[in-house]
Formats: sequence, structure tokens, C-alpha cells
Amino acid sequence: MSPAPLRKWERFTFSERLARFAVFLGFAVALSISLRSVQIIPEFLYDAPTQVADLFSRMWPMDFAYYPAGIHDAMMETLHIATLGTLLAIVMAIPIGILGANNIVHFPLLNWLSKLILVSSRSVNSLVWALLFVAVFGPGPLAGTVCIGFRSIGFVGKLFAEALEEVDPGPIEALTASGAPWFSVFLKGYWPQAAPAFWGVFLFRWDINVRESAVIGLVGAGGIGMVLDTALNLFFWNRVSVILLSIFVVVILAELFVTAIRKRII
Amino acid sequence: MTVEAQSDSSAHPQRSICIENLSKEYVKGKPVLNNISFTVQGQSSVAIIGPSGTGKSTLIRCVNKLIPPSSGNVYISGENITHLTGRNLRMARRKIGMVFQEFNLVERLSVMENVLCGRLGYVPSWRAWLRKYPQKDIDNAFSLLDSIGLLEFARQRADSLSGGQRQRVGIARAIMQEPHVLLADEPTSSLDPKTSVEIMELLVSLSREHNIPLLINIHDVELAKRFTARVIGLSMGGIIYDGPPSELTNDHLKKIYGGENWLQ
Amino acid sequence: MTADTAKNFGPAFKTNWWARAGWLAAFLYAAYAANYLDVSWIRFLRGLGNGAEFLAEMVPPNFSRWQLLSANLMETVEIAIIASAFGILFSLPVGLLAARNLMPLWITWPFRTFIALCRSFHPVIFAILFVKAVGFGPLAGILTLIFASIGFIGKLFTEAIEEISLKPLEALRASGAPFMSVIIYAVLPQVLNRFIGFSSYQLDANLRNSTMVGIVGAGGIGGTLFAAFQRFDYDFLAAILISIIALVMLSEFISTRIKKVFQ
Ligand SMILES: Nc1ncnc2c1ncn2[C@@H]1O[C@H](COP(=O)(O)OP(=O)(O)OP(=O)(O)O)[C@@H](O)[C@H]1O
Ligand SMILES: [Mg+2]
Repeated sequence: MSPAPLRKWERFTFSERLARFAVFLGFAVALSISLRSVQIIPEFLYDAPTQVADLFSRMWPMDFAYYPAGIHDAMMETLHIATLGTLLAIVMAIPIGILGANNIVHFPLLNWLSKLILVSSRSVNSLVWALLFVAVFGPGPLAGTVCIGFRSIGFVGKLFAEALEEVDPGPIEALTASGAPWFSVFLKGYWPQAAPAFWGVFLFRWDINVRESAVIGLVGAGGIGMVLDTALNLFFWNRVSVILLSIFVVVILAELFVTAIRKRII
Repeated sequence: MTVEAQSDSSAHPQRSICIENLSKEYVKGKPVLNNISFTVQGQSSVAIIGPSGTGKSTLIRCVNKLIPPSSGNVYISGENITHLTGRNLRMARRKIGMVFQEFNLVERLSVMENVLCGRLGYVPSWRAWLRKYPQKDIDNAFSLLDSIGLLEFARQRADSLSGGQRQRVGIARAIMQEPHVLLADEPTSSLDPKTSVEIMELLVSLSREHNIPLLINIHDVELAKRFTARVIGLSMGGIIYDGPPSELTNDHLKKIYGGENWLQ
Repeated sequence: MTADTAKNFGPAFKTNWWARAGWLAAFLYAAYAANYLDVSWIRFLRGLGNGAEFLAEMVPPNFSRWQLLSANLMETVEIAIIASAFGILFSLPVGLLAARNLMPLWITWPFRTFIALCRSFHPVIFAILFVKAVGFGPLAGILTLIFASIGFIGKLFTEAIEEISLKPLEALRASGAPFMSVIIYAVLPQVLNRFIGFSSYQLDANLRNSTMVGIVGAGGIGGTLFAAFQRFDYDFLAAILISIIALVMLSEFISTRIKKVFQ
């Protein structure tokens, strides 16, 4: 009765293979078109090793005396920009995240508006945001702080909205049923469940923002980046190397710090 | 009752496990296994019983060098594999099929792919990657799947199967190796009693059918007595009993497991 | 349901004091840092006035130089695609070699250091260095984003590998499978979905970052954007920003489609 056993065996069904093939083909075509049309001057590539060697030779010996003189204060400024900017992002992201969670706010238009803000915050790069805010506020840490804040809304708000959407509806229904006002439903029902995820997101973003605030100064938004920009423009390579080293150290320390706290809290 | 010393390896027939003065210590001075020797050959199926933590898993893993023994020798079909490394060890391991307590399947691959995993030792990596197995292997895999009753599951992912079905796949994978010997480390401990019996039946019948000596770690003494022709009782790293199940008395069991309250 | 609810409420009340202290500390810190950075309400409000003017100049966006715009966008996309292709290609072996549960320490640590190095510097710093090394143009941008991709995918991929179940590996090793087959059959199936997820995320990220590397001269639309800024050409700037956002949204749409194929 049973049909003759199928003796041919392949990993995917035909349509699965077709879809995968289409993706790979599409990517391969896009890649080959790109490789063909992008304007690369091969001589520059051949020359790269000598250039790199030259660069390193100029970076050495490092001018460590410059750290206390010119770097330390700027580095502190960078850390403050990162932290204050992240706090700013949270203050702005909470209302926007709430607007975007369609289980809390039932107006599709507001949901959509919140998503738009979140998407543009993420799609526009931090350097571009920095340029915008330098144009608005003038050069300096104010522009940097607002830039970091704006740039982070998308990230913080999106993950926060997701955490809110994953909240277990049980307690909320219980609270709503007991006639609690809207705000206390949020505070007692949503927030306790979403808080750990939220703090995790905050730490994660702070870590990223330390990196970002180190470079936004390149376009004038304050912090160590401005010092780096000056050193680059003046070809003080032995200062550049000290600046890069201190950025590296601070970034690594920030990451270790965040990992340690996350292990303890979450 | 202990086994005669095995020194003359050429005298071994094909298809045997021969363990000679095997010792293993994880921590210096605290041997888990102490000078174990025995031989399993032909169609025989042998059960190893013993209390938890006595070194049954260690013993069975020493056979294929998943755990390197501290001293002593292991012969598979007469070949001393104790000191093999690298490629030679891989060649030797192809001859040793192994069935695991927790099945150790690749959950995200299909049943068929899991069964074909048994051929990985024989097929070059690039062919394995492209899933270009020799047609003979695929035919064998299908007939094996048929014989364990999982033919219609061939395309399903392994994590969609029940425990008993997964263990069948695990057994089929081991048989695909065309092994000389089959090891099983508590193959039924994750299964319910009825399925356990079916799995034991399957193991024993496949071992008969393919003429493969079988070495099973097992907690369930009744299952061991029912399905195997020989029982080795292990306690404190040494062999306490080695003989047919019919002669295994409550006294032996007391000696192996210690205490007696658990015996009714 | 009730037990579940209790479980969710339990830790919340316990951490409440911590949370309050945290909020207070955050508030005090914000006041201090604002003072330190000379961030003040007045400056902020004055800036908002500027901002309004700025926005007014941006409308209507000026798309009259659409040829330049689209050529630049093309270059941006090309940089992103090439960099993603090579970045993904390299991060597969790098991630495998950095996984401590598969490789001995003397192999993992150089690769882990390499990944850490790629991650620690913001792409724009790499871009500056590569512009010095290979000159202005897209090549510097491509190299930059390749390193950024290795840093991102490499790290997450390594972590994913370190979380896999080792049981199937044991089984395949016991059957005499060669190392590469063990990787292909027991490791990759467990992590491939996540790898594809990271990769498609990085493709998006590369596209976003390739709009930026141009600011320091590494090719793509960033250079034009920067020039528009410097020339106070704000209506053209608006056109550039709108096209960048559209491009990024398009790519997010495509990459969710692609992810579906591989699920
Ligand atoms: N990797 C290891 N390192 C150190 N000690 C180990 C290791 N593996 C096992 N041991 C010890 O060796 C002893 C024997 O372990 P083994 O797993 O072989 O016992 P077992 O008889 O299989 O027990 P069970 O019936 O519970 O599976 C135990 O005391 C265990 O603590
Ligand atoms: Mg065991």
C-alpha cells in the first residue's frame, strides 16, 4: 500500500532553494556591479603599506606629556557628553516609546509619528546629527549633548517600545479592572516588568555613546574629537597617537564597567 | 570471575572491544577507574551497572578516547587505539559507534542529515557541506530509517521528534558508521519505561543483525538482565561482578550498590 | 496566572529603593554635568531660535542637483555592499577562531584582540586613518566599513558560538568526523540563523555609516553633505537628508524580506 520510498534526498525543497538562490544571486549581482563601478585607484592600494608605515613612524614616539596638558579635560567633557546625552535620550524616549507602543496608545497616527521620529533618529548618523546641532547651537558641548541625545532616542525608544509590547497583560488587566487611573496602571503594571530591560538598554547605549561622543568633536560638537581634529590638522601625529590610545583605553574601560554592572544588576 | 589477561592482540577475532588494565584519574592520586580489564566480542551484548559516580561514563568514554585514559590499553578489533592521535584516531573512531543519554542530535538539522552524520568520518568535508553523499549512503540511510520506523520523518527537523524517536535517530546515526563495536551511555535514562524497552530491543536486535558487539551503561538492573547476555558490575572503580545475568544475585547487587534498603 | 503575576511583582518591589536612589543620583548628576559642560537653558532656547531659522531655510528641499545626488547615493550604496560582502566573509572565520569553546587559547586571544580593536574605534577614526593610508575616495570608506563589520559581527558571532550546545559536537567527534565537518554540521546549524541576522543588521549599519565616512573624505554622499553644510546650502542639505533616510528605510525593508527567506 505504502508508496515506494523516495530514494532521492536533497536538503531543501525546490521553492526554498529558489528563494535562497535568488537572494544570493541578487547579492552577487549587486556586488559585481558595485565592484565594477566603484572608483578605486589601484595605485593607491599598492602604495598603502608604505603610507601606513610612514603614518606609524610619525606617530612614534608618543607625546605622553600632552595628556595632562591637552587631553584629560577634553576626555572628561566627552564622558559627560555621553552620560548627559544618554539621560536626555531617556527623558525624550520614554514619552516617544510610550506613544509607539500600540497596546498603550491606541491612536495609529501617534504610533506612526513616534515610529517616524525613531526611524529618522537611527537612520541619520551621529556625525550628521552633530553637524546639524552645531549649526543650530554653535560649536561646543551643548551641540554634542543634544546630538547624542537625539541620536539615541531611536535606539532607546525602539527597544523600550519592544519591552513594553512584551509585557505580560495579566497584571495590567487586573489593575485596569480595579479602576486604577492610567498613570498608576503604567507605574504599577508596565514599568516594573519593563524596568530591567530598560536599564539594560540604558547601559548598552551609554557604552555606544562613549564611542560616539569621542568623534562628534571632529565636526565641532565638543569633547576629545575637537582635540583630535586640531592635532590632525596640524599634523601632530605623535599627539594623534596619544589621543587614539586614550580613546581606546576609555572605551575599553567603559565596556568593562558596563559588563560588570550588567552582571550584578540584571 | 575477572577476565584473563589480554596480551596477544593478534589472537582477537574481528569486532571486539578489549580493555586491558585501564585506569583513569582526573585528579592525581584519586583513581576513578582502577585497573579494569575485560573483553567483549562477537554478537554479545554487555551491560555495565553500578552506582552513580562510580565511573561508568568515564569507562565508556575511555573506549573511544573522548576521555583519554591515564594508563592501560584499549583494543578495537585487535587494534590498539590508546595512543592514536589526529587522523589515526579519527579513523579508529569510525569503527566505534556511540549512543548518548541525551541523544546529542543536531536539533536544527533534519532527521536524514542527522543519520548521515554517521558517515562524516568517511566523506570529505566539502562533500558533506554540499550534502553530496554517495548514493549508497543515502540508500542505506533510507533503509535504516525504514527499519526503525521513521521513514516519513526523514525531512523533519530533529527537534520536532519525541524522545524515543530521537534516540532511534541517534542509534541509526551510530549504525551508519558501520561500526565494529557499539557503545551506549545510559541510552534509556531520558525515556519512559515502555520506550526504554523498545530502545533496548532495537539496540540488541540491530547489534545481532549487524553482528556488532554492544557495551551499554545502564541504571536499570531489570532491563540489563532482560536484554543482555552478560553483566559487569562496577563499584569504586573496580569490577565486582562479571557474568551472566542469571547468576547476578541480591548479594552481588548489595555489594555493587551498597546498602540493602532499596532492595525489596 | 496568579503565581506568575506574583513572580513579576516580586523583584520589582525589592529593587524599588535602588531605582529611586538611581533616579535621584541621575538628577543630581545631570545638574552637575550640565553646569560643567556649560549647557544652559538660555543657550538652549537661543539655539531653538536658530533652529527655527535653520528649518525654515531647509524648506522646500532643493532636488535640482539630483544627478549629483543620485551619483553620490550610488557610490554610498556601492561602498556599503562591497564592505558588507567582505566584512561578512571575513567575520565568519574570525568569529569561529575567536570562540573559546572551539579553539585553544593561543588561537583565540589574537583574534579576540583583533575584534576588540575593530570595535573600540568609531568607524570615522578608521576612516581618517585609511584616508591617510589610501587617499581620498571610496576605497578608504570600504576598508573602514570592513573593519567595522568584523568588529560587530565577529563579536556577536563569537558570543553566539560560545553559547551553543556541545553535545552534538561530542557525538560527531566520537564518530570520527573531521574538524571541518564537525564545524559545518554541529556548530553552524546552531548559529547560522543568528549569523544571518547579524549580517543583515550590519548591512543596514554599513549603509548608514557609509553616508558618514564621506565627511572625512572616504567617499559616498557624506562629502557632499559636509560641503552643503559649509556653504550654508540648507535646502540642498534637506534634499540629501531626505534621500538618506529614504535609502535607509528601503534597505531595512529589503533586509526584513531577506531574513524571511532564511528562516
Ligand atoms: N571531567 C571530570 N573532571 C573531574 N572529575 C570528573 C570528571 N568527569 C567525571 N568526574 C568524576 O569521576 C567520577 C565518575 O564519573 P562518571 O560520570 O564516570 O560516573 P557514572 O558512573 O557515569 O555516574 P552516573 O551513573 O551518574 O552517570 C565522578 O566522581 C565524577 O565526579
Ligand atoms: Mg554517567
